[in-house]
Amino acid sequence: MQNLGIQVLFQGNNFLRLCGGLWQSLQIAVISMVLSIVLGMILGIVMTSPKKLVRFLCRIYLEIVRIMPQLVLLFLVYFGAAKHLNINLPGSWAAVIVFTFWGAAEMGDLVRSALQSIPVHQYQSGFGLGMTKLQVYRYVIIPQTVRRLLPSVMNLLTRMIKTTSLVVLIGVIEVVKVGKQIIDSSRYTVPDAALWVYGVIFIMYFAICYPFSRAAAMLDKKIKD
Amino acid sequence: MKQEVILTTKNLKKSYDNEQLVLKDMSFSLEKGEVVVVVGPSGCGKSTFLRCLNMLEPIDSGTISFKDQVIERDRKDAYTIRQKIGMVFQSYDLFPHLTILGNILLAPLKVQKREKQELIQEAEQLLKRVGLLDKKDAYPRQLSGGQKQRVAIVRALMMHPEILLLDEITAALDPEMVREVLQVVLELAKEGMTMVIVTHEMEFAKAVSDRVLFMDQGLVVEEGKPEDFFTSPQTERAKQFLNTFHYEAI
Ligand SMILES: Nc1ncnc2c1ncn2[C@@H]1O[C@H](COP(=O)(O)OP(=O)(O)O)[C@@H](O)[C@H]1O
Ligand SMILES: [Mg+2]
Repeated sequence: MQNLGIQVLFQGNNFLRLCGGLWQSLQIAVISMVLSIVLGMILGIVMTSPKKLVRFLCRIYLEIVRIMPQLVLLFLVYFGAAKHLNINLPGSWAAVIVFTFWGAAEMGDLVRSALQSIPVHQYQSGFGLGMTKLQVYRYVIIPQTVRRLLPSVMNLLTRMIKTTSLVVLIGVIEVVKVGKQIIDSSRYTVPDAALWVYGVIFIMYFAICYPFSRAAAMLDKKIKD
Repeated sequence: MKQEVILTTKNLKKSYDNEQLVLKDMSFSLEKGEVVVVVGPSGCGKSTFLRCLNMLEPIDSGTISFKDQVIERDRKDAYTIRQKIGMVFQSYDLFPHLTILGNILLAPLKVQKREKQELIQEAEQLLKRVGLLDKKDAYPRQLSGGQKQRVAIVRALMMHPEILLLDEITAALDPEMVREVLQVVLELAKEGMTMVIVTHEMEFAKAVSDRVLFMDQGLVVEEGKPEDFFTSPQTERAKQFLNTFHYEAI
């Protein structure tokens, strides 16, 4: 019988292993995202501060995050922490720290621009109707901000999920790593395993990211009209 | 017969960021049932003045009193007084994430904690009056500018304000929609609503006002009955100002 490449996926528990790897990636992305959203909200409000110095410091943080490739940050935290602080961080922790450091900055900037895009008359109408500051935020500003944020938050999440593929380089066994192991172990029995394994990984990423980016696009359209 | 004075400002001074004074010395009083129209060249401080009356802006010095009670902006009673002073702005300022009914009910429900069923009835009555009952479940983006401004008026009225401040509420509208909005204001005036109105619609100003204030560079330059002010203004600046409208009309 001819050796079908696809069989590599069903040998042993290969498929389950791939799913496990994907789960690891997703965990890192989702935990980082939740932390980023919480910290980003706070950062976003801080970024609208009237104090110039505060805004300047936030700006620097954001620029650093944007200039540094995520990979450099990962190495810095993972190897840097081990070497200079003598802390042996598990790779997945290092990944969560780096992704949160990155996500919080991006999220903060999104929250800032969403807050600033609310016209000043929205606040004034609220106050003009006798609402307190808290009521104006609760019933007028925050609902509008959240709507404006949803699409970009989804985009950030998909970017984060995709970027998790980097963590293989600091030793985290995520989906790409598992894929590599499968390919290596079946190098002689199934020569074209790489095609099949990476194909499946591609479909897995797609299946996860596509709904998010569709939802983002739809929300974006809905908000614009 | 002397009417009750409900709103007074004494020597009101106001600047933004401690720069030049935008309001230099505004002393003003408003009687119950009176309709005062404020006119003046753009940038002379009309909007700032209205926002100060509603304590949306901090002031540098002077006092604002509501029914003989001096109001401090940063004290709690500023919020209470604000409920009694409704305001409608030039830009369409409905809350875009709420339906028309949602917009109208929000403040009476959350601020005044009134009963919902009763509020809905009142809202529907008012919407019917301005010809927009069929729009109550629509969102602001589905309405024309003129319709939005009528809703904004209804939203302010739902708080049962004692004074209504209108800041160029037709300035951003297409000409054919100006009338439907001003008609509503004229009716309110007829019913005895106390109002301070900033407008560039001189015919409307003439028709609606009991008194006209002409402002220039942060000061009241001339004040008088509309029939006097519009036909024979006393100051040179008022003459010039009214002339600009004359040319526009030709
Ligand atoms: N929020 C603000 N911050 C700084 N300056 C302002 C602000 N609002 C108005 N001004 C300035 O105050 C002056 C009066 O403005 P405004 O009250 O809007 O005049 P008007 O309504 O008569 O056109 C203008 O010179 C304007 O540039
Ligand atoms: Mg103005």
